Amino acid sequence: MYTAILLLPLAGAVVAGFFHRIIGEKAAMYLTTGILFLCAGLSWIAFLGGHGEHGDTVTLFTWIASGDLAVDWGIRVDTLTHVMLVVVTSVSSLVHLYSIGYMEEDDAKPRFFAYLSFFTFAMLALVTGDNLLQIFFGWEGVGVASYLLIGFWFKKASANAAAIKAFVVNRVGDFGFLLGLFMTFWLVGSIELDEVFAAAPMLAEMTVGFLGMEVNAAEAIATLLFIGAMGKSAQLFLHTWLPDAMEGPTPVSALIHAATMVTAGVFLVCRMSPVMEYAPNALMLVTVVGASTAFFAATVGLVQNDIKRVIAYSTCSQLGYMFAAAGVGAYEAAMFHLFTHAFFKALLFLGAGSVIHAMHHEQDMRRMGGLKAKIPLTYWMMMAGTLAITGVGVPLLYILDTPIGFAGFLSKDVIIETTFAAHSGAGSYAFWLLVVSALMTSFYSWRLMFMTFHGETRADHHTYDHAHESPKVMMIPLYALAIGAALAGMWWYPEFVGHHEAEFWGPAIFNGAENHVLHDAHDVPKWVKVSPFLAMLLGFGTAWLMYVRAPHLPAELAERHQPLYRFLLNKWYFDEIYDFLLVRPAKWLGHTLWKRGDGGTIDGIINGIAFTIIPRLTRFAGRVQSGFVFHYAFAMLIGVSLLITWFAVSGGAQ
Amino acid sequence: MMSNLLSIITFLPLLGALVLVLFLRGSDAASDLNARRVALLVTTLTFLLSLAVFSGFDPEAPGFQFVEEGAWIAGLTYRMGVDGLSLPFVMLTTFFFPLTILASWNVEHRVKEYMAAFLMLETLIIGVFTSLDLVLFYLFFEGGLIPMFLIIGIWGGKERIYAAFKFFLYTLLGSLLMLVAMIYMYFDAQTTDITRLLTHQFEYGTIELMGWQIVGGAQTLMWLAFFASFAVKMPMWPVHTWLPDAHVQAPTAGSVILAAILLKMGGYGFLRFSLPMFPVASEIMQDFVFFLSVVAIVYTSLVALMQEDIKKLIAYSSVAHMGFVTMGIFAANQQGVDGAMFQMISHGFISGALFLCVGVIYDRMHTREIAAYGGLANRMPVYATVMMLFTMANVGLPGTSGFVGEFLTMAGTFQVSTWAAFGAATGVILSAAYALWLYRRVVFGDLIKQSLQTIADMDRREIAVMAPLVFFTILLGVYPSLAIDLFSPAVESLLEGVRTAQSAADAVQLALK
Repeated sequence: MYTAILLLPLAGAVVAGFFHRIIGEKAAMYLTTGILFLCAGLSWIAFLGGHGEHGDTVTLFTWIASGDLAVDWGIRVDTLTHVMLVVVTSVSSLVHLYSIGYMEEDDAKPRFFAYLSFFTFAMLALVTGDNLLQIFFGWEGVGVASYLLIGFWFKKASANAAAIKAFVVNRVGDFGFLLGLFMTFWLVGSIELDEVFAAAPMLAEMTVGFLGMEVNAAEAIATLLFIGAMGKSAQLFLHTWLPDAMEGPTPVSALIHAATMVTAGVFLVCRMSPVMEYAPNALMLVTVVGASTAFFAATVGLVQNDIKRVIAYSTCSQLGYMFAAAGVGAYEAAMFHLFTHAFFKALLFLGAGSVIHAMHHEQDMRRMGGLKAKIPLTYWMMMAGTLAITGVGVPLLYILDTPIGFAGFLSKDVIIETTFAAHSGAGSYAFWLLVVSALMTSFYSWRLMFMTFHGETRADHHTYDHAHESPKVMMIPLYALAIGAALAGMWWYPEFVGHHEAEFWGPAIFNGAENHVLHDAHDVPKWVKVSPFLAMLLGFGTAWLMYVRAPHLPAELAERHQPLYRFLLNKWYFDEIYDFLLVRPAKWLGHTLWKRGDGGTIDGIINGIAFTIIPRLTRFAGRVQSGFVFHYAFAMLIGVSLLITWFAVSGGAQ
Repeated sequence: MMSNLLSIITFLPLLGALVLVLFLRGSDAASDLNARRVALLVTTLTFLLSLAVFSGFDPEAPGFQFVEEGAWIAGLTYRMGVDGLSLPFVMLTTFFFPLTILASWNVEHRVKEYMAAFLMLETLIIGVFTSLDLVLFYLFFEGGLIPMFLIIGIWGGKERIYAAFKFFLYTLLGSLLMLVAMIYMYFDAQTTDITRLLTHQFEYGTIELMGWQIVGGAQTLMWLAFFASFAVKMPMWPVHTWLPDAHVQAPTAGSVILAAILLKMGGYGFLRFSLPMFPVASEIMQDFVFFLSVVAIVYTSLVALMQEDIKKLIAYSSVAHMGFVTMGIFAANQQGVDGAMFQMISHGFISGALFLCVGVIYDRMHTREIAAYGGLANRMPVYATVMMLFTMANVGLPGTSGFVGEFLTMAGTFQVSTWAAFGAATGVILSAAYALWLYRRVVFGDLIKQSLQTIADMDRREIAVMAPLVFFTILLGVYPSLAIDLFSPAVESLLEGVRTAQSAADAVQLALK
């Protein structure tokens, strides 16, 4: 069954990609979509039927075997795998379905669906990998799929640039992943997860020389792998590609750049929990980077005007939440947020897609407004997503030991509580940043709602008059995701982070002997539990004030605080700084090495020595044309014969 | 089984060349077509015969197989055979030649001579990999220069004379030093038999030469002499500058052979001679090689980033990829050397395919200028797909053969030097940058250039040439054991010998102290 889940999307991709001329465009779309729904069904069966089950590894065949290094293609079956399977196949199937409507007018539909299915295959290979190398295979596979899909409209220069940027920035992360992988193999002699996990206590005791430094082995491996995770999950310093990735078609943003691929980094950290638990300093780094990203991305999200970019920064920020939780040892909470976030963030993106569809590809919120009347269904679906992401619920009320609220309320608040419960420097840092970020999350989410749907419209009346609700095929995925955004949190709270978490996760997630953070999180003071809720209310109130009550305020504020506004609007100038520090020097270096290094120095020296005769020769060559080279070849032959003769005369062999 | 199968495979193409030169008359279209047909027939036949060797070869058996031995002219011995290290290259060669002949179907200038030169080249290349005698090896190794020199010099581009001479002089310069070393080896071991040289122990005691202390003694000197030759062939930084020029000027098929096979002669040489015959010197020189390899990877990747000529860009990328090979070989452990072998085979397919891809558009537009293209995906979907696959393979995407070699060489090197592996891994980032940038400028974008409005997609012949390369690139990426199992036992026994010799040397050193 697992093999089928893994390979069917690949089969779909191949058929849709290479044989769509034979089976037809429609068939290609329906086939890939049908396959994904089948996979999603199977995944749910596996998920609901096999909690905590572990130990099954389906080995397909040998991949790379060289000396001690032996790597198989295999499928690791445990709760982490189950959770990811459900997330990936569910969102992917809904996005496939949605795309049938969204891509209606595109003339390369089969290519689009082939890419989507290929992406799903790579993502599944990633989450089912039972060794680091297969995870890396999926890791790079999703990277390529993402590159292809961001650049799907390949005529657009901006889309191409964004696609390359996404791939290259990710490769910076992959560089860390690879080094971590090499070090693991070097020290453990294997990259099978089970063997690596078994060796983790030994790694914690080991000091190893790396680039002239003496470092703790477990710390080094954990840190290097986390650098990989930072790239894929768009964490601070390696985040610049994600907002640009919005150049891709919106369903792609929902699937890849919100629900699945970008969460791969979080997944990796959780998957490696048996190693991470022995690397306290690396974990601290994870928390600090995560919390900082959550804060940074939220600040930028406050002022963006492109509807998709707002959601993109929101994604970046929410991923930061997940890392913050993983860093304090609450991998379960990280995975819970990953799970619920997939529903509501995919919902928000697809909802935004529906808005864009209605507005004839207008993405700027400054030219929207008042759309509630035109597309009410989309509005209410977006509302469900917004209630979920901002964390609306009833604080301090527990029914059957489960809080009551939308999905984000449960999962985000658990994260904030665990950071507090960690009682560490990094934990406190994260706690405060995350509470403030919750305020900003609420603000930018409601700002998006108000600017898009409320007030007087700012669209030109032609576009506005023709705005229309999306077809059913696009709305059904929204309904499904909205149900998840509303209920998934409450439904699965006990299993993911509540009383049943230990049996639910089984050995899939490892907590060190000292790690009680998830348990302690339930007993934090009341003010801690209420603070994200208050932050949410404050954010909502501010947004309402600025975009409904007194819409002239934002412009005035921006005017009064120009430098700050520009700083945020330009995303803290990361792109400009990188361009100045990395891109230009690399180009300059490349050019210099080429012209001065190769052309001037190397050719200069070698040609100087060997080619003093060349000008004469070429002049000669110019006269006799190409017949000349035959003469030269003839001379060579004579030389070779002379050589043989010499050997013969001097006695030959033996 | 025929007892002289290897000789037949080696010399069959030469026979074909002789037939062309001696018996084919006239230079009209009909005789041109005949020349192409003869060449295709002969190379295909050679490939089929090599399959017999392949199927009869037992990777687990130690030593050389299909060995032939006999007296030769002037007291020399004719000795041939293959092992796990050489057979993959023989196969690569025989596999590629029919494809290049097919790819050259549109060559109109002196077709008969062109085909004859290629057939002659095939013989000389196969001979490099099959010969088991020093003299024989040297003849093939140097002889290969001649037809390649002719191919660039006659059928090349505008600057072909300059490029041909540069190619010729660079490679010849290194070879002379190798010749001197070979003569020394003959006097020292009293044999030119490679199988016996492999077990001969060359002196490694420190010697003094013109006031210089030479650690590793004669071994180091000979290692350096061989290095001079193989490093140029590879090519390694900083003696790589002949390659971009040669590639740019060579006709498509010449570039394919150059990139896919000729470069591998350097790597093969390191594995056949330098590492097993001079193990102590190899250990001494390890850091030196690592340094040059990493510089090659980073330096040429940066240079590739700025290229304006498609072929030059791919040529520089080749140098970077060969950096992984040299690094892996001198890491001298199983993963490193396995990776190096694999990388050479894989790079054969990938770079060969990339140059063929350039050939496809060059044939249509007669320019290699990147700026002359853009938006090809609009009119050439098949081409865009194929080019994308090989671009990704070149970038080292897992699932393509390009990944396995890079991965194994770095995994092997990491165990010896984290610095070298670290430096090489930056190539992972840079290769993505230059390869995707190239693809974006040539294939993606809108088709706005007037000249490209009517460009046609790949035709059947071109697809037929590409198809096997696509197949192997993916097959070896998903199931690399197909190749690794072929050479891994040979690598294992090679390394065993190297380790024994090195630890023996260490013991002597200790005893002296």
